[in-house]
Order: sequence, then structure tokens, then C-alpha cells
Amino acid sequence: MTVQVQVAAPIQRRSAASRVADGRNLLGIGFMIPAAVILLVFLAYPLGLGFWLGATDTKIGQSGRFIGLANFVSLARDTVFWLSIFNTTLYTVVASAVKFVLGLYLALLLNNRLPFKAILRAIVLLPFVVPTVLSAIAFWWIYDSQFSIISWVLIKAGLLDHYIDFLGQPWNARWSVIVANIWRGIPFVAITLLAGLQTISPSLYEAAMLDGATAWQRFRFITLPVLSPIIAVVMTFSILLTFTDFQLIYVLTRGGPINATHLMATLSFQRAITGGNLGEGAAIADAMVPFLLAAILFSYFGLQRRRWQQGSRD
Amino acid sequence: MANVANEGMEYLETLPRRLVTVYLPLGVMLFLLLFPFYWMATTTFKPDAELYDYERFNPFWVIHPTLEHINKLLFETSYSNWMINTVIVSVSSTVISLISSVFAAYAVERLRFSGSRYVGMAIFLAYLVPPSILFIPLATMVFRLGLFDSDLALIVTYPTFLIPFCTWLLMGYFRTIPYELEECALIDGASRWQILTRITLPLSIPGLISAGIFAFTLSWNEFIYALTFISSSENKTVPVGAITELVEGDVYHWGSLMAAALIGSIPVVILYSFFVEYYVSALTGAVKE
Repeated sequence: MTVQVQVAAPIQRRSAASRVADGRNLLGIGFMIPAAVILLVFLAYPLGLGFWLGATDTKIGQSGRFIGLANFVSLARDTVFWLSIFNTTLYTVVASAVKFVLGLYLALLLNNRLPFKAILRAIVLLPFVVPTVLSAIAFWWIYDSQFSIISWVLIKAGLLDHYIDFLGQPWNARWSVIVANIWRGIPFVAITLLAGLQTISPSLYEAAMLDGATAWQRFRFITLPVLSPIIAVVMTFSILLTFTDFQLIYVLTRGGPINATHLMATLSFQRAITGGNLGEGAAIADAMVPFLLAAILFSYFGLQRRRWQQGSRD
Repeated sequence: MANVANEGMEYLETLPRRLVTVYLPLGVMLFLLLFPFYWMATTTFKPDAELYDYERFNPFWVIHPTLEHINKLLFETSYSNWMINTVIVSVSSTVISLISSVFAAYAVERLRFSGSRYVGMAIFLAYLVPPSILFIPLATMVFRLGLFDSDLALIVTYPTFLIPFCTWLLMGYFRTIPYELEECALIDGASRWQILTRITLPLSIPGLISAGIFAFTLSWNEFIYALTFISSSENKTVPVGAITELVEGDVYHWGSLMAAALIGSIPVVILYSFFVEYYVSALTGAVKE
């Protein structure tokens, strides 16, 4: 690993340039070995293995045989699987859209001149820092059917006459998990967009003011266009994380009531680990890949546009 | 980070207007973002009598604070084991990832070996592979390797999401170090190893701290691998133990559950509060380049 290249070594017959290039390649490969071994063995190989498992009937404690697309054929007739696709799409679209709007709004608010700005920013990021499972446990308690503080406040305010069954009714449960996901995701969007906002030169806004632009016009024609490349990247990450979410659902509902909140990730866990059908679970996980690829392409073009706007080579 | 934006025009806004357009919405947002933590903390210190009686005791306040729940958590459950496991796993996987990432990032960004561009791209793609599609095949591997139900299963699998992140972040950081510094050292006869250890790494300490802090919190938060690869109670990590071991059938001990959530969050929050700037630069750096 620690291949050393002595640059001051005596020059041999080959040209200096090719010798340096060889040394670089050798050393480069040597330096890559630790990361490459871990990523190839525990990331690339399992990624391939996942596709293979999806085409077998492997169960826990019993190696499977190749059954082609049979898992996918049976999934295509499985209403729970389709329901999980519907839930995942709803969850991702609604939560990401709200996270974007509220996150951008919070970023704009924080971009004002404020007292204790550094502390405010640190506090805002807290929901993102605290382990998701642990904050989800707090939400579980907030959503309790008998002791929910939200229900209690609404009843005291005279707006309700009964406790809300947050996690017991299908649609209530869907909205409840979406709200919890939004709560956790806003800080990430807000803080990363705030970093983007801080790079916008104030002179652009001053020029627009002199031209008589309203606040909305300044936002629409300066802030949004300048920020759009970073928005593309941040939202790709946000969508990716929301789409593959597992923890929040596992803590709050485990996919219930009657599968109403099962996401593809939680359904795949339930079939593979709880139910023991590793092959079927892997097939569900494989079905997530096309969506992920779409998100990655989106991110790739977002990055391209950013480079183009900054006038950088590459 | 400089806070320059908009300042040039702020004299145009009156205080009452700012109150409604800035401070009020900001206050509401902060309240909503922080309320779950407040609720977590008050529940931890409330005796059961107050916890389940909103009529006689105002739920927003703790009237007779008690350490009963924390006491029960620490001395009647395996919570302290989970804490120790989480620390061991997080520290080891962070150290392994940081070391391999430093070499990988230096090789891609500075040695520029042939094909380094493609390696850099592959690392970015690896960064986008979510644990939710890897846990099933990894579970079968962990089982075959005989690592099931051990800390080692987590220590070897966590770097799969930490290395791509750390490498990507450090690549961006190395790019900001002037190449001329390395050229000077090369001319003075330094080896690549010397350049890395004497010049690049000392200059990258802030980047290393950012990557380390972020990697540590990511491993502390990890859930799906720990849930899948660990089965016995004393080997669990805090997030998994809290959700699987503290609920007995239909009986929820909310006090202890909230205490588990609160105490499990404290180490990361303390670390975060000391290194906020590094954490934020890791977060923004990760999406920037």
C-alpha cells in the first residue's frame, strides 16, 4: 500500500514523463486499494447479488434455485405490492414538495440579518442531526391515540370533540408519517439552500430594486434562477432519501394499518426478513432501482447545468 | 460564511413589517422544529401519574420531576450495552472510512492516475446507492461470513455508505489546496508519502474533521443494517434497542422510551454543538460539487 516513489531517483533510459506516469498509476492504484476492496466486496458485489436473489426463491436458511422472473410475475398480481408503490409515490411526491417549499422559505427567512444568526442556524439543523429513529419515537408519542398532545390542544381550543386516531386509520396514518418526514427533512433543504443563497451577490438585488422590481420579481427572476442548480442537487438527494425511507415507517406504523403506509423498503423488509422470503424481498428492492436511476440522471443533469452556469471546464 | 445578502436594502423595511414578515414566521417554524424535543425531554422527567393525566396536571409542564424513567432505563434494561456497542461501531467504522477515504481521495484528486476520472464518478454513484436495496444481499453475506449478530458485521458494512461520502467530501477539499505547494515539495525531493503526510493532510484538518463528524453521526443514526444483522438484545445499537426492546407487547413505557430517545440523542448533539461549522460545511460540501 505504501509504495514510495522517489522522484529524485536516478533517471533511467525511459523518458522522465513516462516514468512519472507509471509511478503515479502504481501509487494511485495502491492508494485506492483499501477503499476499493471495501466498496467492491460490500457494495458492488451485494448490488449484483441483490439482482440474482431477486431471480431466485431463496428463503432464510435455505439456498434458492433460479426461477427467472417468477417473483416479479407474482408481485405484479400482488395488490399489497402495488399499494406500496402508490404509498411510496405519494409519500415521496408530497413530502418532497412540501420540504422544498418550506425549506426554501426557511432559508429565505434565515438569510435576513438576524440577531444570533449562527445559533439559529445550529438550532434549525437539530431535527436532521438527531437520529431519525429516536425523533420518530417522539412523534409516535405525539401521535398516541389516547394521549396525543395535538388532540388535547385542539379539544381544549374547542376545535375538536374527540381524540384523533393518528396512526390507526389509513389516511390519517399516511398524512401523519408524511408530516414526520417533512419535519425531519426541512432542515437539510433549508441549510443547504441557505448556503446557496449566501453566494448571491447583493448588487443583483440592488440593481433590480433600482429598476423597480417588486419583491416577488426579485425572487422569481434573481433568486430562483441563480439557485436552481443547487436546488436540483439538493432535491435529488432529498427525493432519494425519501423514496428509500425505512426508519420512520418502521417506528411509527410498521406499514400498518392494513398495509396503508407500507413503502417499498418496509414491504421488502417485511417479506425478506420478517417473512423469510429473501428472494421475494430482494425482488421488491430491485423494483426500486429504475426509480433510483431516474433520480440519479436528474442529479447528473442538474450538476451539468451547474458547471455550465459557472463557466467551468469539465 | 458571510451574511451579505439583502443587507444593502434593509433600511427600506420598517420594524413592524419585519416583525410580521420575518420574526413571526421564523418563530412559528422554530417552535414546530423544536417542539418534539421539548416533548421528549418533559416526558422523560414526568412521573407516570402526570404522564397519563392531562386534566389534573398541565401536560406542558413537569410538576414533580423524577429520574425514575432514566433509572429504569439504565439499570433494568441493556441500554448501557447498546450505548457501548453504538460507540464502538461508530468510532471504528468512522476511523476505517476516514483512512481509506484519505488515500482514495488523494489518489483520484492529486495523483490523477489513468482512469481516475471514472473512479471519481463511480464513487459519486456509490454514494447514491441506498442501504434499503443492499440490506437483503448483505444479510446473506454477513450470515455466510459468520459475522451475524456481531459488532463486526456493522463495522464492515457501515463504510459502504461512509467511504463514498468521505471520499467525495475530501476530494472537494483537496481541490482547494494549491497544487503549487505539492510541486515545491516534489522539487525539494519529497516523496509522495511525505507530501501527503507533511503537506496535504495538515492543511486538510478542517476537511478531515468535517468528514469525521458527519460520518460519526451517520453511523450513530444507522438503523436498517443494525436491525437486520443483529439479533441478541445485548449486541444491539441504541436506535434498534430502543424500538425493539423497550416495548413489551402492547404496554408502552412512554417515560423510558422518551428517556431512551433523549439519552441516545445527547452524544451526537453534544458533538454537533462543538463542531457546528464543520458539520454544516460537510453537509453543504456534500451537495455542492
